[in-house]
Amino acid sequence: MRVLAQVGEWFDRRLQLAVPIREVAEHPVPRNTASWWYVFGSAALTVFLLQLATGILLALIYVPSAGEAWSSLQALNHDITLGWFVRAMHGWGSNFMVAIVLIHMVQVFLFGAHKFPRELTWIIGVFLLLMTLGMAFSGQVLRFDQDAYWGLGIGASIASRVPILGPAIVKLMLGGPIIAGATLSRFFALHVFVIPGMLIGFVALHLVMVVKLGINEWPMPGRVVKRATYVSEYHELTKKDGAPFVPYAVWKDLFFAAFVLLAVAACALYFGPFGPTGRPDPTVIQTAPKPDYFFLWLYGLLSYLPPSTETPALLIGPVVAIAALVLLPFLSGEGEKSWRRRPIAVLTVMLIAVTLGTLTHLAGYTPWSPHMNAWSGDPVPDKFLHGTTALQRQGALVFQVKQCRNCHSLGDLGGQRGPALDSVALRLTEDQLIRQVIQGGGNMPAYGKNLSPAETTALVAFLKTLHPRTQSPARDASRDMVLGEEQNRRQESQR
Amino acid sequence: MPNENNISRRGLLMKLGILFNGLVATALAVPVVRFLLSSVARGRAGAYLSWVPLGRVNEFPEGETRLATFRNPFVGPTDGKTVDTACWVRRIGAEQFQVFAVNCAHLGCPVRWFPQSGLFMCPCHGGAYYRDGSRASGPPERGLFEYPHKVENGLITIQAGELPTPGASAALLRKKPPCAS
Repeated sequence: MRVLAQVGEWFDRRLQLAVPIREVAEHPVPRNTASWWYVFGSAALTVFLLQLATGILLALIYVPSAGEAWSSLQALNHDITLGWFVRAMHGWGSNFMVAIVLIHMVQVFLFGAHKFPRELTWIIGVFLLLMTLGMAFSGQVLRFDQDAYWGLGIGASIASRVPILGPAIVKLMLGGPIIAGATLSRFFALHVFVIPGMLIGFVALHLVMVVKLGINEWPMPGRVVKRATYVSEYHELTKKDGAPFVPYAVWKDLFFAAFVLLAVAACALYFGPFGPTGRPDPTVIQTAPKPDYFFLWLYGLLSYLPPSTETPALLIGPVVAIAALVLLPFLSGEGEKSWRRRPIAVLTVMLIAVTLGTLTHLAGYTPWSPHMNAWSGDPVPDKFLHGTTALQRQGALVFQVKQCRNCHSLGDLGGQRGPALDSVALRLTEDQLIRQVIQGGGNMPAYGKNLSPAETTALVAFLKTLHPRTQSPARDASRDMVLGEEQNRRQESQR
Repeated sequence: MPNENNISRRGLLMKLGILFNGLVATALAVPVVRFLLSSVARGRAGAYLSWVPLGRVNEFPEGETRLATFRNPFVGPTDGKTVDTACWVRRIGAEQFQVFAVNCAHLGCPVRWFPQSGLFMCPCHGGAYYRDGSRASGPPERGLFEYPHKVENGLITIQAGELPTPGASAALLRKKPPCAS
């Protein structure tokens, strides 16, 4: 023991770090911040360190070349001892990191920690979030498979919409005219050098400020932040009701950090690594690319924006969102910290969470995408064909062959791009059905040029049968006036 | 003057040192920026575009739309399979063609051709196009991107080399295919 102390002393005479480290470790924190609510920041740091470690391990094998990246991922998955596990840890670590950073941010916001004097800590936190998302996106590109290839295409399509500079930005992003070797190389540089370097610097700044300005006290309703008095009030609080960070509060951080690492490892073990999906060969077009989990909401949003608003929303939206986050501490730098007295803050968080959650959920089954194989894979259920005439059955055939099923479901089978047609005859009269099929409209293509009159007749005859037995199909009421109700009913049922 | 007395020899040397470093940094920034923007500068005058053969005309039956592949004219040393590109070739008449990019005009996902319904459908956000490439439905704001093409000695060639994107489309559209003029 004595030898150890002597060695320690020898080093510290030269490094002179023991005193500042002890000061940082033992700086007083308000007692009630030693809470399980205050563990997410250190957990985010822990996962970041895990990502650094697993990232370096992956770099031992991974080849950042468009021609070989995919094969090197296969080698990691299948040939190299526990390569799959390291990939899985890195992939799941990425998901955990985004999730924990988001939770940390929500907690900080709801506890009013972005207010004076911690504005800059919050702003740097916003940059850390953006960099984390940048890591998530560039990491998906390094998993150079079909999703990565077409995902880059989506990124390029978005970037190209910038007025005037768009095409130049695309070439800068791709490193050339197309998605190819240079593209992967520059995303490798971003993912491995540029963004992590910035992350390390900004994380260090973020931590220095947390220590210098002190951890945010537990918000009490009625304890209002004022620029003039806050700092002295905070110091008084830590003096009166403070405790040294180590060991008073740190044990919860330690436990939670270990728990998070275990959770990442458990997910990695149980679910395994992400992909890679098919080889990044642009001539293989039978693919439906999808982004990783934390970008699914964006994928969903992009399908719901009306075409005319898409470009402005894509270009202005992120600027507004980032500006709002950066300006937040200046707009509400004083006042109540407690969420109990900040209903709009709570509602905003809930609204954003519900919006992102809904879009993510929808992107899980993409109701807006046609089911490319439904026309040949999903048969018309029997019950829709019982007791039908030859013409109606011919119509059912037209319905399948012309790929109507790719967008319309019958008996819950088929695409959801268009409305389900199980009871379409209740909604549309014969004339309306003919018009809709031939002219399209309401987001449906016009089929006039692709259906012969005979095919249209058969198709509409089939569609007219699609209604529950107990309800009669829609009738054109205006004809009642001309023909009389009885006559009209009879005619409609004969057709 | 009292101000002059405040500038010491060492202070002046330090300022000159900073200025000197600034000048050197600016000079060094020129090659760095030119290196970083090389892919932009190179492609400015359409230098990435060139004419690529797609195949013999009789490989494409009249009235049908077929998938064709070509090798991008600009190949880097580490590109692998990524330079192989697909496109949809529609033969309207004997010498009349349309060549569409597979990239959806919405966000660039690969569209698939369905001859039975005469539609191109995109798997990502449900964009659909008619057989002539015009927009049918869904989020795209415009029709499919078309490569300029020409037919010579029974060979169809297209002008390609850049990833078609919605923003660059205006520039692409201005270049009329030679056979249309």
